[in-house]
Amino acid sequence: MIVFDKVTFTYADAPSPTLVDLTFDMPEGELCLVVGATGSGKSTLLKCINGLVPHFTGGTMAGDVLVDGRSTRTDRPRDLVDVVGYVGQDPVAGFVTDSVEDELAYGMESLATAPPTMRKRVEETLDLLGLSDLRRRPLTTLSGGQQQRVAIGSVLTTHPRILVLDEPTSALDPQGAEEVLATLQRLVHDLGLTVVLAEHRLERVVQYADQVLLVPGGGRPVQLGAPADVMSRSPIAPPVVELGRLAGWSPLPLSVRDARRLAAPLRRRLSDNPAPARSEGQLGEPLATTRHLVVTYGATSAVRDVTWSVRRGEIVALMGRNGAGKSSLLKAMVGLVAPSGGTVDVAGLDPSRARASALIKAVGLVPQSPSDILYAESVAAECAQADSDVRAPAGTAEGLLAELAPEILADHHPGDLSEGQRLILALCVVLAAAPPLLLLDEPTRGLDYSAKHRLVAVLRRLVCGGQGVVMATHDVELVAEVATRVVVMAEGEVVADGPTADVVVSSPAFAPQVAKILAPLAWLTVSDVETALERTSS
Amino acid sequence: MRPVDSPTYARSLHPGAWWLWALGLAAAASRTVNPVLLALLVAVAGYVVMARRSRAPWAYAYGAFLRLGLVIIAVRIVLQALLSSQSQGIHVIVDLPEIPLPAWAAGLKLGGLVTWEAVLIAFSQGLQLATIICCIGAANALASAGRLLRTVPGALYEVGVAAVVSLTFAPQLVADAARVRAAQRLRGYDGRGVGGLRRTAMPVLEGALGRSVELAAAMDSHGYGRSSPVPGTTRRLTSALVLGGVLGVGIGLYGLLDAGVGGLFGLPILGLGVVLAAAGLVAGGRRTNRTRYRPDPWALPEWLVAGSGVACAAVMFVVAARYPAAAYPAYPLAVPSVPPLALVCMLVGLVPAFAAPPPPDRLPTATSPGSKRKGTHAEEIW
Repeated sequence: MIVFDKVTFTYADAPSPTLVDLTFDMPEGELCLVVGATGSGKSTLLKCINGLVPHFTGGTMAGDVLVDGRSTRTDRPRDLVDVVGYVGQDPVAGFVTDSVEDELAYGMESLATAPPTMRKRVEETLDLLGLSDLRRRPLTTLSGGQQQRVAIGSVLTTHPRILVLDEPTSALDPQGAEEVLATLQRLVHDLGLTVVLAEHRLERVVQYADQVLLVPGGGRPVQLGAPADVMSRSPIAPPVVELGRLAGWSPLPLSVRDARRLAAPLRRRLSDNPAPARSEGQLGEPLATTRHLVVTYGATSAVRDVTWSVRRGEIVALMGRNGAGKSSLLKAMVGLVAPSGGTVDVAGLDPSRARASALIKAVGLVPQSPSDILYAESVAAECAQADSDVRAPAGTAEGLLAELAPEILADHHPGDLSEGQRLILALCVVLAAAPPLLLLDEPTRGLDYSAKHRLVAVLRRLVCGGQGVVMATHDVELVAEVATRVVVMAEGEVVADGPTADVVVSSPAFAPQVAKILAPLAWLTVSDVETALERTSS
Repeated sequence: MRPVDSPTYARSLHPGAWWLWALGLAAAASRTVNPVLLALLVAVAGYVVMARRSRAPWAYAYGAFLRLGLVIIAVRIVLQALLSSQSQGIHVIVDLPEIPLPAWAAGLKLGGLVTWEAVLIAFSQGLQLATIICCIGAANALASAGRLLRTVPGALYEVGVAAVVSLTFAPQLVADAARVRAAQRLRGYDGRGVGGLRRTAMPVLEGALGRSVELAAAMDSHGYGRSSPVPGTTRRLTSALVLGGVLGVGIGLYGLLDAGVGGLFGLPILGLGVVLAAAGLVAGGRRTNRTRYRPDPWALPEWLVAGSGVACAAVMFVVAARYPAAAYPAYPLAVPSVPPLALVCMLVGLVPAFAAPPPPDRLPTATSPGSKRKGTHAEEIW
């Protein structure tokens, strides 16, 4: 269905090609998962399929891409609309109209589809994607999962044979991701569509894939094959696969269900070991306290009567569905919103009244999109500005950056960095003031596994130095890896607060894969299991 | 009679009808500075908006435009009181200390006597502009400019899309700027001024640019820009027709609305311009091969609504011509007279509150639990 024949592609002005000599043949009617680190060329590869590369992006391309027998050399993206539906990384950025129905019809209008056919297909698509209740809603009022489904629907109405999606669930909460993945499953199984998707959150999608395409990057050849096969060699793998490799299970399990069936011997071996306790002992004095905090926007209250505190030496994970009040709580703690009831006390300051320059010495927040606080033309200028903003000695931020991400060069433009590198840079900018309390809002959006590991290392170092960290996140694997305490919020209230293992192990939504496989034992991460196994064998 | 001809059959009215009605009201407002008549026009527009607006985010636009109007009136009065020259009347409110200005600023004064006459004239003139703005606000609340642009003829399709995109980008930019501004505080920076502006502008513009590129890619992947080739002569003819038409419409409207030129001069040129433009659009429409999903029908309620706007304007023109003393009160301190004919104009303007069908999402059955919450959210945006 999709044939790449010796495809080599170089962006204009790039020193080396992004894709080198790719040759593979994706069969029809399968869900193919494209796996690779950030910057390995996954997005470029996906854009080749509908001709955005090279028609839209420019650059030099050798070889040929054939979709359904048509070459992207001659057919432009707009000519391939009836064969390939392409959904980009940010669905909101791709919306052309402002309501659900209009967005679904847009592609057909361009194809000059007859009005009765259009009407029929819009109704069919609304049903297929479960959007009929939302048909008149303005697109901006939809949740992330709903927006992603509308974006998928908008390319489905032209009846393409292939659907290409670039990280469809990266920015979604678990619930929204489930919606989208269930939809994709249905399209593959009921309609026989060929679906190609790239994704970082492998733990969410790998069990649904029929084929995995591993893009190692750096000019090495891609591998296309059965998921278990490719995953056994992949440098990037979800925890279930890592656990399977560690325990030597065969065939390699890809889902929690498969792994649980094979895990009985491992559970027996581990049952004698006490599950590792997270560092609970060396907690210091409270860094921030809220008492009966209420935050309201207009008539809706985002945070309702929250009383809690963060102490030195702990990493607190704030969890809960989108709109549960996590971000609002963080914003109240740095004074971005004023409380409408109760008090916030950060090192004796009231954040909504304190001067920014005084507050940054007590608490720092890295916002959801790190680029919001970056604006200089180079990394060096950014670091220098950060030092002068907080009156830190010159070179503080740059020194931090050299330790955390030495590969980021001083003359890089912040806009050219990868998502993970930009996060580290924003982190350094905030850390230049050495705030004892660091807040992170959704730090792992769009991060690959290696970037996540680096973030984990940074956070551990901070708490060892006596700082406190609070992060609002949907990423259960990150929480399992690094958090010492988990606070779950729902409808603006705290519904659970306790040590990580106590809160997440029994929860269907927040349990990491390892905990699900090894339940009722309270193990959270592959590395914990690995250390325990090494100890028992020696 | 078709169901769409009934004013009780719930559907959204053609956006063009709402805009014609609103522009009619605005044209009427442009023909008088009588504060009673202007206030009545604002009330008429407000009543129709309340009666027929939907739950869409833009339906709350009227309030924002009303506030903008109040600001305009206030600014107008303050400027008039502080800067106007002295020959404004005899009823003094207050005698401010006058600041002497250099010789090159002759004709201006700063401070000095503030008279009731000056303030009231400024109020009337400010109210006239505020009324026109309220009429545009009413059109925006009843049918967003985005919806109107969807109905543009095929020849103008590309221009229409560009306009729609820029319309959605403006509120997005405002939201981005607020977010980035807040985020800059996170760097421990309290400063404002030029440096602060740069700090906000850079991420906002970069974000906007990135989004534009993504949108362009998405539109290309949705089949935007598939067109059939046309010969060069047709293209040139189309351009000439459209250009001539737009010129004619512009001159014609100027002639109609500018009281000094006289309405009869504008009318034929306006007609000629409309015909030329229509011919150009038809010729240009052959190039784009598109169909339209569920176009809004143009039925009896549309005729009534558009007709109400046109009639309202026409009646006010007659009022202005026949009762110039009522339309342009000579003595600002007297209670302005209101000829009965002007009241007819107001009643005609109210017709859409009853002749336009209710929007589908206002029916009790269609209220979803979420829509209320979204409504308040939208209010915040506006």
